[in-house]
This record gives sequence, structure tokens and C-alpha cells, in this order.
Amino acid sequence: MSIFLDENTPVIVQGYTGRIGSFHAQEMIDYGTNLVGGVTPGKGGERHLERPVFNTVKDAVRETGAEASVVFVPPPFAADAIMEAADAGIRFCVCVTDGIPAQDMMRVKRYMRRYKREERMTLTGPNCAGTISPGKAMMGIMPGHIYQQGNVGVIGRSGTLGYEAASQMKAMGIGISTSVGIGGDPINGSAFKDHLERFEQDPDTKLVVMIGEIGGPQEAEAAAYARDHMSKPVLAYIAGLTAPRGRTMGHAGAIVTSVGESAAEKVEILRAAGVGIILRPSEFGNAVAAELEKL
Amino acid sequence: MDIHEYQAKALLAGFGMPIAKGGIAYSPEQAAYRAKELGGEKWVVKAQIHSGARGKAGGIRVCASEDEVMDAANALLGRRLVTNQTGPQGKLIGRLYIEEATDIAREIYLAFVLDRSAERIVCVASSSGGMDIEEIVETDPDAIVRVPIEPAVGMQDFQAREIAFALDIAPTQLAEAVKALKACYRAFRDLDATMVEVNPLVVTGDGRIIALDAKMGFDDNALFRRPQISELRDKSQEDSREMQAADRGLSYVGLDGNIGCIINGAGLAMATMDMIKHVGGEPANFLDIGGGASPERVAKAFNLVLSDDGVDAILVNIFAGINRCDWVAEGVIQAMQKLDVPVPVVVRLSGTNVEAGRKILADSDADLITADTLAEAAEKAVAAAKFHQTVRAES
Repeated sequence: MSIFLDENTPVIVQGYTGRIGSFHAQEMIDYGTNLVGGVTPGKGGERHLERPVFNTVKDAVRETGAEASVVFVPPPFAADAIMEAADAGIRFCVCVTDGIPAQDMMRVKRYMRRYKREERMTLTGPNCAGTISPGKAMMGIMPGHIYQQGNVGVIGRSGTLGYEAASQMKAMGIGISTSVGIGGDPINGSAFKDHLERFEQDPDTKLVVMIGEIGGPQEAEAAAYARDHMSKPVLAYIAGLTAPRGRTMGHAGAIVTSVGESAAEKVEILRAAGVGIILRPSEFGNAVAAELEKL
Repeated sequence: MDIHEYQAKALLAGFGMPIAKGGIAYSPEQAAYRAKELGGEKWVVKAQIHSGARGKAGGIRVCASEDEVMDAANALLGRRLVTNQTGPQGKLIGRLYIEEATDIAREIYLAFVLDRSAERIVCVASSSGGMDIEEIVETDPDAIVRVPIEPAVGMQDFQAREIAFALDIAPTQLAEAVKALKACYRAFRDLDATMVEVNPLVVTGDGRIIALDAKMGFDDNALFRRPQISELRDKSQEDSREMQAADRGLSYVGLDGNIGCIINGAGLAMATMDMIKHVGGEPANFLDIGGGASPERVAKAFNLVLSDDGVDAILVNIFAGINRCDWVAEGVIQAMQKLDVPVPVVVRLSGTNVEAGRKILADSDADLITADTLAEAAEKAVAAAKFHQTVRAES
């Protein structure tokens, strides 16, 4: 098993016919994702990549039974695209778009509260690399071949650092059940703790690796969740020990503005909650291997 | 993006925030003229730089005559003001704000910030104005009022009244306080701010409420729809390398170390800097060249990193995802051939087609050091930087 996504999950792409959407849609198809079509307003009725194009997400859901969506819509229009997906009954949404205004995301999160928790779409991102269940399906922009199928759940804010972790694990023969990118923005669709909950319930996931960074309250919230609710071991790495306070480090959300947001403080909070700390980014493979040994 | 105090005040005034009368000056003569124009007997000459704590650093002078205004302007203009927020290099004072002096009865701290946990705009206020919020948090945390604003309906009058009463605003000043609070909220919401800070908001001797200082920051991701904010950008207040980088679509933050970093992806960039630190070195910069890592971008990145004289070695760490290592390797070699790189360069590639990429690096004439793992790359970069430092010291 895996979480959110497997080879049967019907997936659509929003911003399907654009240059970036087309390129990554093809990559997803090649990886084995069950891509059933896409949405580009005004191009409904056309075919693209041998699949139907729809004007609205509702049309796509009705015609294809789509359950998941990847958003490649440009920043000014991306929040709107996410809300459209939520309203059309999409269950799982990956928003790759980088550069969405923070207040747009605030409104998206507020809008999504109109749905009951059990009916509410799970949103990952924005500004994330995507989600992959290795060997099964991929939604996003990651290079599928660096992931091996297995039993480690991964949740990360960063794209390439997640690749680094996955390839260190693969080099040691360690596989991943699902890797979820939650993105580098200040307001995310979902947080570490939301996915910890899913991995705890997934019979194929034996341990979870969190890849966090400076800025925001997410890692501390996840620490409390891991302490109170996780029976499976959780390991964490926090990037940004050398990052100066008050400066944005590439990701819009990677900025230390208040107490508890620096890498050193997050490491202490996680450690105190019983989360295993991966101190160096060169130790993802070794640390996971050592933890798997103990199980 | 940050703006100056006088710009923030003008924006807030547009939403109904009362401010003192004032005007901008670029020269001492202009400053004196502004004072004459404003009238009165007492003025405040305020250095306009993108930093708080200007008063403690001597950037705010109270003057009792036009001559004093002229002298203060002479002393401030063209100088770099160092505050506890600017770093040791300080920030250039290129303009002054000349304001009529205010008779202060009470100082209040007022701010609106984006609360990432609540995912809402939150009003933060305290009756201990004039101090930094950090100081207030330390000395009197109970005095802080925090009121989250519901994004669907915005700030309500009752919320503004609750805040005003919590700040002990007199009933006669209530309407004015509500107006001031709502002005800040509306400016935040309508202009895509990331923070609005009025510190202090003052009650004057004659019972008026005015913003004595104002600071606003804006969401860079929303500037596309806020051209009136983009126009307020003052490039003299920004680090020139960071600005160059931003103009080329790269994300750069200068640091004090001597190992220049060229990396794709923000998380990997931070992790690589941490790795350098772990093995005993200090990064000279954060630099995310984005997911693509095209030869042009790599070349731009080399130029940028090398513009820092303190760099003794460069570490290139690229994880090729959708692109390929062989292609990135070609880009690195092309960039090195085009540029005269005077420091050792360590290159570590991983990801798609890594073997082909490593072979291209190994077969090339370019003078570079290769590494296979993150740890090895950091160790080699630290060693190379030490060696280069020694050579440089001897020559």
C-alpha cells in the first residue's frame, strides 16, 4: 500500500496544455500514473497527449472519475484552480506552482473549511515537487527513477533535498512507500502532522522521515503529534543551521521571524518529543538503515 | 519588499490612518525649506532607511530651529546608519523625512502580521509602545493583545473596539482608534503586505491618535498585482549582489564565510551550507539557481559568487532531476572556460545520468575537483578553501 496515490488513482492535470503542464504530464504517464485527462479552460473537447481536455474540473471529474489533480497553473491563477479542484470533489491535489501570494493561500485554506473534514480535499504544496508512490505512480515534477519502492514514508518541504534523501536511501537498497512534498511556502495546503497521521495508518510504512527547514510552526506541531500519536519511528532532518535570522532562504516560507523557528530550536523540540534526529544531510541513508535494523 | 517610513505613512493615511504633517528632503536646503513650509517651532529630522531602531542609532533628531534642521540634515545625509538590524555595514541615508514635532502623551505598539499557524492576519498590540516587540515579549508578555482576523469577512468594528479597550484607550478617543486599527488592517489586506507595524501609535497631549512611526513589508509573490508598491522600491537600501541575483532569477543571500555555494533548490542549498559547517567550514552565501541549472544560469551563478572577494573556494552541488548530469557537467565546464575562476572549484553532481556527467568532468581540461557524495564535496571544499587562503596570505 501507499498513501494518497497508487497505479489505479485516476489523475488529471490542471494547466494541462501549457508547456510545463504538458512536459510533466508526459513524464507522469511514462512513470505509470493513471493520467485520465486534463483541464484548460477554453480548450474543452480537444485531445492532448492522447487524452481528453476539459473546460472545468467538474467536467473532468464527471467524465473520467478523476480523484486526484496536479496544478501547474501560473501563480496569479493558481489559488483559483485549487479551489475549483476542491469544489469539484477532487480528493488529493498537488500544487506545484511556486509564487502564489500568501493571502491567496489564506483564502484557499478558508474556502476549504466549508467542506466537512472527511469530504475535504487534501492539498499538498504549493511550491512542492509532488508526491510519488515509487513503482506505482507519480504526481509532480520529480525524477521517478531515483526512488525505490519500499517501506519508508517521506514528508518534505524541499524538492531537491528530498531527491538527495531518496537517492541516498536507494543507494543503500532502502525503498519508499510514498514520498509527499508539502512545499516551501509560508502557508501550505497540508502540514507534516497531517501526513504523519496517514503514514501511521498505512500498513506498508514502517518508519517516517521528515525533511524540514527553518521558518514556521510545522515541525514543532509535528513533534507534538509524533510524541502523542505515532507508534512508528519518526526521523527528522532540519535544514538551515547556518541560515541568518530574518532572511528568506529561497523558499518564501524559509525565514526565521519568531521564537522556535530556527533549525537549532526545531531540532531540540523534535528531539524532546522523541523524534530521531538526522544531524547531517549526508546521513539520510545511514540513519534510516540503522533505524530499520532496530525494527 | 520593504519600503520607507514616509512611504508607509502615506499609504496608511490613504486608508484613514492619522499621521503628523511632514515632507521629504534630499538635501539640507530642502530639509530647512520643509521645516519652514510646515511651520511651528519644533521638527523631527528622520533618516529614511529600511531598518527599525533608527532613534537609538542617532538617525532621528529633534530640532528647534531651521538652522538646526539644516545641521541635522548635513550630519545625516550621505552617511551610512548602523542600527542593530542593519549589520555592521549599515544603510545609506539618501533621504530625510522632516516632520512636525508631536506632543506625546502615550505610546502604543500596534502591528498586523501574517500568522502562519493560524493562517490568518493577526493584530498584535501592546500598551507598552516604543519598545521592540521582542523587548515587550520579554518584559511584559501579558500586556500583548493578539486578535486573529477572519479572512472571509475581515476586521470587524467590535474587534477593533476590543483591542482599543484592552489598550486603555479613553472612550472619547475610541472612534479614532477604531479608524486607525481598521486602516492598518485594510492596508495590509488590500496591498498584500506581510507586515504593518506602527510603533509607536501615539495619543497626543491634545487627545488625538496618530502613527508616529510606520513600517510595512510586502509579499514579493503579490507584486505582480501591486505596481504602485513596486514603484516604491529603493534599490539603495538593498544589497547589490542580492539585487543582481534577483534580477537574474536567482536567489542569493550573502554570508560571512569563505566557501561560495552554487546549488539547485533551496532545501539542498541550506543542507549543503550546513554540511560545510559540520566539516569545519563557513559558507560565503546561499545561492539557489533553481531547478533547471542551465549552462547560462551556472555561468551567472559563478559571476555572482566570485563578486564576493572573501570567497576562497566554490562548491557546486547540483541534483539533476528532470535535466541530466551530463548536460549540467557541460554547463559547468563551459562556464569555467568562459570565466577566469581564480579559486578552486569542487563539483558534485547527482541524479539523472550521473555516470555520464562525472565522466565529462573527469575528461575535461577544466581545473576542478570532483566529489561523489555530499560529505566528500563539503570536506574537499573546506580543504581547498584553507589551502587557497594560505596561498593568498603568502602572496
